[in-house]
Amino acid sequence: MSSLLEINGLVTSFDTDSGWVRAVDGISFSVEAGKTVGLVGESGCGKTVTAMSIIDLLPKPSGNVLEGEINFKGQDLRKVDRSQIRKIRGGEIGVIFQEPMAALNPVHRIGKQLVEILKLHEKMSSRAALKKAVQLLDAVGIPAPENRISNYPHQLSGGMRQRVMIAIALACEPDLLIADEPTTALDVTVQAQILELIGSMQQKLGMAVLMITHDLGVIAQNCDEVVVMYAGRIVERAPVVELFANPQHAYTKGLLSSIPRIESERKSHLNTIPGQVASIQDFVSGCRFCQRMERGDAAILRHRPDYREITSGHWVETCPQCFQV
Amino acid sequence: MNNDAPKLLQVENLRQHFPVRGGLMMREIGAVKAVDGVSFDIHSGETLGLVGESGCGKSTLGKSVVRLLSPTSGKVFFKGHDITHMRQGAIRPLRQDFQMVFQDPAESLDARMAVGELVAEPLVIQKMGGRVTLQKRVAELLNRVGLPANAAGKFPFEFSGGQRQRIGIARALALNPDLLVLDEPVSALDVSIQSQVMNLLLELQREFDMSYLFIAHDLAVVKHMSDRIAVMYLGKIVELAPADEIYNNPRHAYTKALLSAIPTPDPTAERERVVLDGDVPSPIDPPEGCAFGHRVNHSRYPESIGQELPLVEIAPNHWVQKCPCCVD
Repeated sequence: MSSLLEINGLVTSFDTDSGWVRAVDGISFSVEAGKTVGLVGESGCGKTVTAMSIIDLLPKPSGNVLEGEINFKGQDLRKVDRSQIRKIRGGEIGVIFQEPMAALNPVHRIGKQLVEILKLHEKMSSRAALKKAVQLLDAVGIPAPENRISNYPHQLSGGMRQRVMIAIALACEPDLLIADEPTTALDVTVQAQILELIGSMQQKLGMAVLMITHDLGVIAQNCDEVVVMYAGRIVERAPVVELFANPQHAYTKGLLSSIPRIESERKSHLNTIPGQVASIQDFVSGCRFCQRMERGDAAILRHRPDYREITSGHWVETCPQCFQV
Repeated sequence: MNNDAPKLLQVENLRQHFPVRGGLMMREIGAVKAVDGVSFDIHSGETLGLVGESGCGKSTLGKSVVRLLSPTSGKVFFKGHDITHMRQGAIRPLRQDFQMVFQDPAESLDARMAVGELVAEPLVIQKMGGRVTLQKRVAELLNRVGLPANAAGKFPFEFSGGQRQRIGIARALALNPDLLVLDEPVSALDVSIQSQVMNLLLELQREFDMSYLFIAHDLAVVKHMSDRIAVMYLGKIVELAPADEIYNNPRHAYTKALLSAIPTPDPTAERERVVLDGDVPSPIDPPEGCAFGHRVNHSRYPESIGQELPLVEIAPNHWVQKCPCCVD
């Protein structure tokens, strides 16, 4: 069986003042129907650009997908025309953004924004769409939905706004939900509510989720598979239990050991990853984590490492410095 | 924590209200009760962690304590001096001893000043020596927080988030303070950079025997940094206890909910989540009784209406709000 979403060798570039830079530099992974894949990495590693490439929402004209395939349900999204993409985006692929206040239109009532989607994608009549909109708001746990529907976004709290975003994303019962840092702007108790909601809607609709986050806790608790990105590339991907129990790449190991944990000894020295990510114009073509660690010979910094599957579904970049068998 | 250590900071029943104006004449029609009757102490060399969700008043509390705001009522004693209503001129000499580090160094550092000037500014204000002394001190501070010596001539935008936070810390350290109020100092940073800055703060505390008021919303971070932790909800402290105690034996329903909501970075961990309904109520028109009991619609909420709900010591150093609906 082929996967719901299959990304092969995706390269996304931006035209900047200092020339073309590759924000996403040849990545491949897949999302199976009904599963949750977490895309994790630090700011600037290309996780959001990956999502925007899939749904063709890159800032134009500077951002462009240069290479690779984005196969969704067997068709390459790069080859379908823009009007078709618009039907898929919001229809078969739902999207939730980090900051709902920026994603919702502030001058329209939330009801109108929901109805618009239903009329466009599902060809519903205004009356039917309005009824469905109330049901959707109710399903995402908004109290008194028939009153709330005439609210403007600013009248809602952050958590409520994110619920509206989810209602919009799920309006057409998508097969894939792309959630870009869906809870980063929210408090922990509200974050728990929203993750619970996404999980229960996923079960109800049988949809797959591509969860983009920098929070390893969110990844551990909500994903089936994890893709770890560093500086525009994937350094490791594995089933979630395997990745946390048996991380192989030096970057993944560093990341996992540097988070403070509730059970660790208070005020003890935390592990750190020295240095910082190089700026994107300066990325080497070889191992970029070695570039950060200021190690490795010229060959390591010049030649891009291959991937190896060490156990079923556990892939790791085989830089001789960052990965030892 | 050493209980016999002298009290560096004492906060008694502090209130910080902001007027809400409305109507044609912009009269005062209400108040945002951002901090509403908060008391705590910080001992010498101790870190008090302050956790709570956005809007609970933790940042406001931090600012009131260092007198960036004028408290509405209550008392703040620093080293025994009542600074609550002291005039700015009178506070200035004391300010050497308490400094603040802000969440977003990109916003709190003047973009048009070179790093050297930024770090030297507190020294200049306090008239702490001439050019040569200042340069030497700046170099020393930059080195201590792990920035290269040539950083002094650069501008904040030339640095990454983690490095900018180091500049903010160097600036706060310049006057050898006894107390640092750290308002979400690592929240804007990536995981791998966050641990670098946390280590730096821990080292500096040991080296200079400073006390910290560490404000954050990330409970794992607060636990790692603190000796004692205060949990805030809608302008009030609901629980205050030694850090390990609060995690092992939380007594207030809100603390329990907050702890259970943290996603643990372990996929095999058993989840026992208390998922809360509803949002934090508005501090403009807070519920008459227990604000948390109101949020979760607790059956015993009515009993809390009109009650004082003071903090009581239920075990040594473990204080919890006396509330009929939130504490068994």
